[in-house]
Amino acid sequence: MSAHGATPNRIERFAVSPRRRRSDKLARALVLTGTIIALIPLVLVIYYLLHEGLKAWSPHFFTTDPTGNTFFKNSDIGGIRSAMLGTIEMVALASLIAVPIGIGVAVWLVEYGKGHWFAQLVRFFVDVLTGVPSIVFGLFIYIVLIIGTGSTFAGYKGALALSLLMLPVITRSAEVVLLLVPNALRESALALGAERWKVIFRIVLPTAVSGLVTGVLLAIARAAGETAPLLFTSGATNKTSSNLGEFMNSLPVQIYNDVISPTQSVVNRAWGAALTLVVLILILNLVARLVSRRSRLA
Amino acid sequence: MEAASIPGGDRSKLERSPLARFPDRALRYGLTLLAALILALIVFFFVRLVGEARPAFAKEGVLGFTFTNNWDVSSEHFGALPLVVGTLITSVLALLMGVPVAVATALYITELCPRRIKAPITILIELLAAVPSVVYGLWGIFFLAPKLQPAEQWVANKLSFIPFIGGGTVTIPNYFVAGLILAIMILPIVSAISREVMATVPLDHKEAALGLGATRWEMIRIAVLPYCRTGIVGGSMLGLGRAIGETIAVTLVIGDAPQLSGHLFSQGYTLAAVIANEFGEATGLHRSALFAAALVLFVLTLLVNAVARLVVMRANRSRNQPRQSGLGGSRSNVADLAETAAMGA
Repeated sequence: MSAHGATPNRIERFAVSPRRRRSDKLARALVLTGTIIALIPLVLVIYYLLHEGLKAWSPHFFTTDPTGNTFFKNSDIGGIRSAMLGTIEMVALASLIAVPIGIGVAVWLVEYGKGHWFAQLVRFFVDVLTGVPSIVFGLFIYIVLIIGTGSTFAGYKGALALSLLMLPVITRSAEVVLLLVPNALRESALALGAERWKVIFRIVLPTAVSGLVTGVLLAIARAAGETAPLLFTSGATNKTSSNLGEFMNSLPVQIYNDVISPTQSVVNRAWGAALTLVVLILILNLVARLVSRRSRLA
Repeated sequence: MEAASIPGGDRSKLERSPLARFPDRALRYGLTLLAALILALIVFFFVRLVGEARPAFAKEGVLGFTFTNNWDVSSEHFGALPLVVGTLITSVLALLMGVPVAVATALYITELCPRRIKAPITILIELLAAVPSVVYGLWGIFFLAPKLQPAEQWVANKLSFIPFIGGGTVTIPNYFVAGLILAIMILPIVSAISREVMATVPLDHKEAALGLGATRWEMIRIAVLPYCRTGIVGGSMLGLGRAIGETIAVTLVIGDAPQLSGHLFSQGYTLAAVIANEFGEATGLHRSALFAAALVLFVLTLLVNAVARLVVMRANRSRNQPRQSGLGGSRSNVADLAETAAMGA
């Protein structure tokens, strides 16, 4: 810069050197590339799902049950009605079990257990549950309800495995939302003479309701896509069974079984079922997002 | 509050009758019971799992089971080393490929991207978590694995001098594909946590760096990354925990070869995959060995998750201290929300 004489150009004196500018450009480009790389699999998965899945979709596909006749090339293999029915029933039952317990534990953690060592312990165990591999949940239920009772697979056992899976997700998200409820609301209600339980049911839960619903919907979306806990609890069957006490089909398990099949038409059915499942889960996610946007908190 | 503390009367007029106080107590103890029930449930499951795994452990020994390289169902030898190693290889591959990309997405979203596309990109990354495991498996085995095979073979031939990578024939299902699928699956959670941690970097730090003349990247290097290191490490470990336990997608793309097979592009097996594949037909000692595999898996994920939680918790705590203590928990709570959302989605 001294080459410019006694009064160097101000801009040049403070300019970023070419080397630094290059490394800045390079790093930015790398970060952008990383982001694009992350989106490639999403695009590919969705493209192939639509490409292969739409071929399998037909009224027949949604209204028939798998027949089990997969051996001959042209035999009617059936569709996914029982699998859709089973997924809906099992996830509904799992939610009925997991939602009250999950939110109850969260209420306890926030309203009663605050700062208590026991609450720390419970929180830790809930975290532990979040980390348990889903197949291990299936084996837990297998040990207790199938080895333990000497019986066989059933829909309600699958639902129980799913509820174990949903429980920590619901508790964690509910706890976060409940903590966001302003303390002033609780204090005003208490100061007006309301009992604790009334404060919880009339003030805290209604204030937090949209956040709670979001958490629950996300948990349901997760449970709906799980295969591993159902493999050895609800099994799979060729007939329609709306009875939770019997073997029960579900979309993920049927997809899993179809993928392994050597018959092309069965693999096509797997693509169709996969597209159905993803659409179902995306709808749940979308609704969860819309609900959380309407939240009165935060 | 005690009735006796009020001189002259037996009960304060403001105090509720025991009957009116009942619902409060019932709710309180009911909920406490519920919380205790979760603890009891986990302990109960753990004990039962140990009980079911005992015959296999009795035959092979706990260490023998975990560290012997011999999984032979027909002759009833159950040494799970190939499965443990397979689990570790695929998970570490997932971290190696997934974490840099996840951190890049988080950096792009929090620091570099135009405001308008911030929300859409965040949603797209989170959509990756909405795809079920079995769908990744389906896509992996019918699209990804066959399409990648020629490229893998090329790499294997070119790098044949490096042990564990080069040489050998590339099979369609292999460790690498499994690791790649896992990398895609852990990306959303690692990205979500990194993003949350990056959002906690004080504006002052960033402005100070920029004010001293740093370029964007230098600002990220000086102010953002050091501040977020622990958080990113913790998030990656949570991702590791998920990768270790992931079952169905891996089962479909790893082949089923329970032996330590020389290199990266050959078929393998993982703990979770062996359970999903073999449990249906297993009886007797074989079934017990699979329960033992589940126990090893359970303990492994437990350790990884516990350490990850501690790291994330410490990162959040050290972050909150220099700031106003009144805001203490709120930051980590928001991070928690993002994290549970990423898990749930």
